[in-house]
Amino acid sequence: MGAFAYLAPTNVEQALSQLAAEDAAGNRAQMLAGGTDVLVQMRSTDKGPRTFVDVKHIAEANEVRVGDDDVFVGAGIASAVLNENDELKALLPGLVEAADLIGSTQIQGRATIGGNLCNSSPAGDTIPALIACGAVCVVASPDGAKKVPTEDFVTGVGTNVLKPTELLVGFQIPRPKGRTADAYLRFIPRTEMDIAVCGAGVALTLDDDGTCTAAKVAIGAVAVTALPVPEAAVALVGTKVDDAALQAAAAAASALAKPITDKRGTVEYRKKVVGVLTRRAGAIARDRAAAR
Amino acid sequence: MSKVHVSTTINGDVVEFLCEPQQSLLDVLRDELALTGTKEGCATGDCGACSVLANDRLVCSCLMLGVEADGQEITTIEGIASPDGLHVIQQKYLEHAALQCGICTPGFIVATKALLDKNPNPDETTIRYWLAGNLCRCTGYDKIVRAVQASAEELAYEA
Repeated sequence: MGAFAYLAPTNVEQALSQLAAEDAAGNRAQMLAGGTDVLVQMRSTDKGPRTFVDVKHIAEANEVRVGDDDVFVGAGIASAVLNENDELKALLPGLVEAADLIGSTQIQGRATIGGNLCNSSPAGDTIPALIACGAVCVVASPDGAKKVPTEDFVTGVGTNVLKPTELLVGFQIPRPKGRTADAYLRFIPRTEMDIAVCGAGVALTLDDDGTCTAAKVAIGAVAVTALPVPEAAVALVGTKVDDAALQAAAAAASALAKPITDKRGTVEYRKKVVGVLTRRAGAIARDRAAAR
Repeated sequence: MSKVHVSTTINGDVVEFLCEPQQSLLDVLRDELALTGTKEGCATGDCGACSVLANDRLVCSCLMLGVEADGQEITTIEGIASPDGLHVIQQKYLEHAALQCGICTPGFIVATKALLDKNPNPDETTIRYWLAGNLCRCTGYDKIVRAVQASAEELAYEA
């Protein structure tokens, strides 16, 4: 106990046995993806020794698989790599743009969606986008694979459902069918390189007439965890996603938001802006779906 | 605490080193390998002074562990110039006075190389967004942007 170590398993089975061994030995194991949060925390707020278990050599966590029904995105893939995947970008533009919003070119070269979720910040940009597109977290555990809806993964500020012997392998996302599309927007006072004041992800499906048949809305940085907004989805389904419907969805998002006042914004401001973002992201998702 | 043996390639040379598991690549480069061209600014991934290429991907070496370099190809500022002289990008930074104190410059030059390798003809907006993770408190950035544009022109002319 009391030492740092580094392990680089090449498959999930090996990672699980290493995590179990570290746990049994009383060592703290920490999964390492891009390290853009983990290494900063190691030098500031969380300096204790640990065994890093690198997710980036685990084959299953570094795959993108586009199937007929599902898209699988590995937890260990850097945002820049996702952003260069034209097929993924075309299928899930909202998710890719959320990943693309995080940090600089340098950060993009390392940061991952899996790491963003496991860091479990209330302001993690990819979390509302994952919830909106219906992503299910594929968790490897000693008891076998578990599937956890993204909205149930984060349990508080910096905490989540993962046990020390488990790891996040990736995300299983329903392949957008027909006229289905997603979008994510966040607000920051700068043009880039900042942490969300608030964010909103919307995914929706239109029928041939342009009527919305399914919708999912999620908001971020306005509560302890990212929140699904089922009332906003209800406000969109059955409509042409016109201004009135988008306003109703915005009102539902503002009503559900439970933000705090801090240096990034006040409660009143965040509640208002998260509604605006919901409305605008809804319009973008609608236009993308209509173009399909 | 046991050190880890790492085999990597740095600026084309096969390099082996021992490092602590928690030691950053930046600290390994500077303290173990005497490659002090790469600078430490913030050590939190905000300033880009420590930018290097890892398998041709631009990263902050402060946010990468030394052990993660195992099997990778790392390029630092020391690998940009050739034995014949400065790289075009370095020459253009000089000509355009795109540096003052110089601490940010190695990171900017590595980042510029990564940009022009990927996109030989970037517009100004692309340049500014690409370099947003490199902070300079001296120049006001304009001269840097001009140097990048001049580098792109010169490299296109040479090609």
